[in-house]
Amino acid sequence: MGIVVLGSYLSPYSLRVLIELEELVVDYELKPVNIKQGEHRTPEFLKMQPFGQVPVLQDDDLTLFESRAITRYLAEKFDGQGTPLLGKSMKEKALVNQWVEVESQNYDRPLIAIVEQVVWKPSWGKTTNEEIVAAEMAKLEKVLDVYEAQLTKHKYLAGDFFSLADLGHLPGTHLLVNIGKKGAVFADRPHLNAWWEDISSRPSFKKTMAKTP
Amino acid sequence: MTLIVHGAPYSTCTQRILATLVELNVEDYKIEFVDLRKGVHKSPDFLKLQPFGQIPVLQDGDITIFESRAIVRYLCEKFAGQGTPLLGKTVKDKALVSQWLEVESQNYNPAASLIVREKVFAPRMGAPSDESVVAAQTPKLEKTLDVYEAHLAKSKFLAGDFFSLADLSHLPYTNLLVNAAGKSDLISSRPHVSAWWNAISQRPAFQKVLAMAKQ
Repeated sequence: MGIVVLGSYLSPYSLRVLIELEELVVDYELKPVNIKQGEHRTPEFLKMQPFGQVPVLQDDDLTLFESRAITRYLAEKFDGQGTPLLGKSMKEKALVNQWVEVESQNYDRPLIAIVEQVVWKPSWGKTTNEEIVAAEMAKLEKVLDVYEAQLTKHKYLAGDFFSLADLGHLPGTHLLVNIGKKGAVFADRPHLNAWWEDISSRPSFKKTMAKTP
Repeated sequence: MTLIVHGAPYSTCTQRILATLVELNVEDYKIEFVDLRKGVHKSPDFLKLQPFGQIPVLQDGDITIFESRAIVRYLCEKFAGQGTPLLGKTVKDKALVSQWLEVESQNYNPAASLIVREKVFAPRMGAPSDESVVAAQTPKLEKTLDVYEAHLAKSKFLAGDFFSLADLSHLPYTNLLVNAAGKSDLISSRPHVSAWWNAISQRPAFQKVLAMAKQ
């Protein structure tokens, strides 16, 4: 039995894991979870993931949830094959972990709040709250200024190598920039924009997104 | 080489680092106090260390790391083999520790920290508490704690039958929820969560950190 991912192409957190599996050149089976029909809230699913969230990883007798725990586990398990997503030294790994936390604490919160308003709510037939969008965009732009300064010094977030930290930004940023049409804040920041162009042209990302509906 | 922790012993995220250092039996470190009240964390010198203007920051020789959960992971790996095995003993243990650390980060901390900000930090700074925030966040935290209650009925600690970084990460904010925010009922009304809280908060390492915070 190999790697099984229970997830949804509609979920940026599921996509994070699938993109990583491509980078690591690991075969896997995707078992789709139908979010629209509430499959993630059924008693069977809640036994695996008590918070009712995707994705979930199954690897032999290990069942693991939380996408950043899954991606960290896979990067360590498959260290030595595919892209070295945790760098090559303890120092590089520490910096990768740091920028994974930055994405988790500072970037993802405002980004998902904006995506909820400009992408998901319209898809559910609900109205966008423009006040929330404005407030969250202001928070995100402050974070993007820090990213712009960092990416002026290094090609990628943790240094001059593509890592788990950069990868973690792919699905959410795609939703914000390509679907939510909020790319102006990236275009205004040349190094940030170059970084986005670079990471979103990686084959792992393109191959995964080609499978989404 | 002496580790340097830039932070404040009374600050929750700094306490996460200090508790880890004590659990790992690390003694060769010093605290470089960052005076938040004077806005030192927003000064140009500090922003060179931590561009988001947040504490804590760890310096270990030529390595500078910020974000408390990244710092504690680094310390656990650097000092592997000494003190409490905070990442467990097997690959599976480590994965489950990582999972519950993410649960703390994504499902527990957002609501807990907003409640603490209104009920504890705002009054300390002479600002009014926004009870609507407390009213909105409390049900979210209660839902999470219901999951914890069911889980801790089957498991002594979050990642298994061993104390780990995942349990430790809950200490600073939960301490304030229970002892300063007037929200102890969230914990005491759930017997397994309550037993878990007693076990983890009474650990000597955390008691030592609380004593440091009072100095």
